[in-house]
Amino acid sequence: MRIHQLSLFLENRPSQLRTVCKLLADAGINLMALSLADSEQFGILRLIVRDWQRAKFILEGANCLVKVTEVVAIEVPDRPGGLDEVLAVIERHEINIEYMYAFTFGLERKAALIFRFDNVDEVISKLQSSGINVVGRVELFERAET
Amino acid sequence: MIEYSNDAPSSFHPASAADYLPIPQLRELQLHRLKATVRRAYDHVSLFRERLDERGISPDEIESLRDIVNLPFNEKNDLRVTYPFGLFASDMQEIVRLHASSGTTGKPIVVAYTAEDLQVWTTVMVRSFAACGLHRGDIIQNAYGYGLFTGGLGAHYGAEALGATVIPISGGNTDRQIAILQDFGVTAICCTPSYFVHLLERAEELGVRIMDLPLRAGVFGAEPWSEGMRQHIEAGGGLKAYDIYGLSEITGPGVAIECACQDGLHVFEDHFYPEIVDPQYNKPCPDGVEGELVLTTLSKHAMPIIRYRTHDITALLPGPCACGRTLRRIRRIGRRSDDMMVIRGVNVFPAQVEAALLLVEGTLPHYQILLTRKKGLDQIEVQVEVTPEVFSDQVRALENLQAKLADSLEHTLGLRVRVRLVEPRSIPRSEGKAKRVIDRRKDP
Repeated sequence: MRIHQLSLFLENRPSQLRTVCKLLADAGINLMALSLADSEQFGILRLIVRDWQRAKFILEGANCLVKVTEVVAIEVPDRPGGLDEVLAVIERHEINIEYMYAFTFGLERKAALIFRFDNVDEVISKLQSSGINVVGRVELFERAET
Repeated sequence: MIEYSNDAPSSFHPASAADYLPIPQLRELQLHRLKATVRRAYDHVSLFRERLDERGISPDEIESLRDIVNLPFNEKNDLRVTYPFGLFASDMQEIVRLHASSGTTGKPIVVAYTAEDLQVWTTVMVRSFAACGLHRGDIIQNAYGYGLFTGGLGAHYGAEALGATVIPISGGNTDRQIAILQDFGVTAICCTPSYFVHLLERAEELGVRIMDLPLRAGVFGAEPWSEGMRQHIEAGGGLKAYDIYGLSEITGPGVAIECACQDGLHVFEDHFYPEIVDPQYNKPCPDGVEGELVLTTLSKHAMPIIRYRTHDITALLPGPCACGRTLRRIRRIGRRSDDMMVIRGVNVFPAQVEAALLLVEGTLPHYQILLTRKKGLDQIEVQVEVTPEVFSDQVRALENLQAKLADSLEHTLGLRVRVRLVEPRSIPRSEGKAKRVIDRRKDP
């Protein structure tokens, strides 16, 4: 049920983001989701793409520093309270969120929440037992591309 | 010689009389003191004795000053390997002061003084201030750091012995320095030239015109500085900027000083014997030819140092100085023969930076040192490539790494360093010797 996310180290200077995006564009790799965390001096670009192994290979070939991180995707209805219901469960289980981001997709008015937790397996089973819709990789991409 | 009340305020300090010794007498005095120093070092310092014995040289073989070239050199490393007290020629009972400065490995070097050594140091500082036209009645703000660094206490005791009024403010706290410059009617200041440039700029921000204050002389040292910087300081501060030279290994500040002519620094030759040596072939350079400055202490008791390689590149200036002093002059130091950097008066070697990075990361990352000057103050930035081993996709973790690197660097160098994490392979690789230091410090 884990999703592979690519994290890239970027220096804070003009054209850094585009360089990465262009590499993937030229290789025909579609970005499903991305989030950019930044500090004063540097940024961390987090990407979810279908063919993450190929994307990693291409980026590393261009001297990018890439780290694969396992994250959890949760599908919720795209309406007020959709996120809050999930956060309530996470809070009840006293699970710490390292970071998260979200995106909407498809015609069914669904949203996907991407979470980074410390102890992924344990968290997934806790969430599932509380009725949270954790989606796997195949599912996620199928939904996103319909 | 001391100054009597009738003398003040005269532009000629009695202690300066030694600056004008007739040359034959000066050479005779030097030879006499050199013989005594070599004998003392041979009798009391095993490292020196072993080196002389290896070469089959007896301390009694020195018959003229020229014979000094037969003696072995001393290096900073000799002070390190004998750390802490291995080069002392006096019992601790005779030693009244220790100073220390950092070395390349973070291990400091230690220097020692007997009461007589301190007296000599004070005297050369008095003569230095006097050469800058200072005397009793002057108010001297001493902004050199007080502590293990020789700058603060060296200038302090010299200024006091001169008969001037000393303000022992030490380094830092620029706003307060400016307030005191104004309120106390300060006539002279001692600090690094880069700090004074910073002070000028801060004063301008505060709307204080240093130009209009009674301040008329600056005694600047502890780092190399250019003629361009001098012009900037003199024009901006309305004072005369004098270059003072010294190093702890020899005594501290007061080894050489500029006079009113500002045409080279007079070496206090009755206490320090200067040679210029070709750093590659170790052969003496004729006057006027650039080489490495090599110094021998002529009167030091606690720690006589023979033929110390300073790594400072300069030349002995031929001919007499218009001021009438018979002391020979060295050209202002512009560069060094090794990779030592001087940042805000602190000596830094790239090897120290490496040691600090290694300590945090376990392996040595690719790095580069960038030196810039901002508002007159030297800035040091260490750029470190992020490696897969240390890369985390959490901002917090990378910021922690950055802070750890900065702390380790500060601890090793004794200097606040800005750390910038950069992408892998973003620092240019060079074939052969890596270019670790980019120096973009220009004249302000």
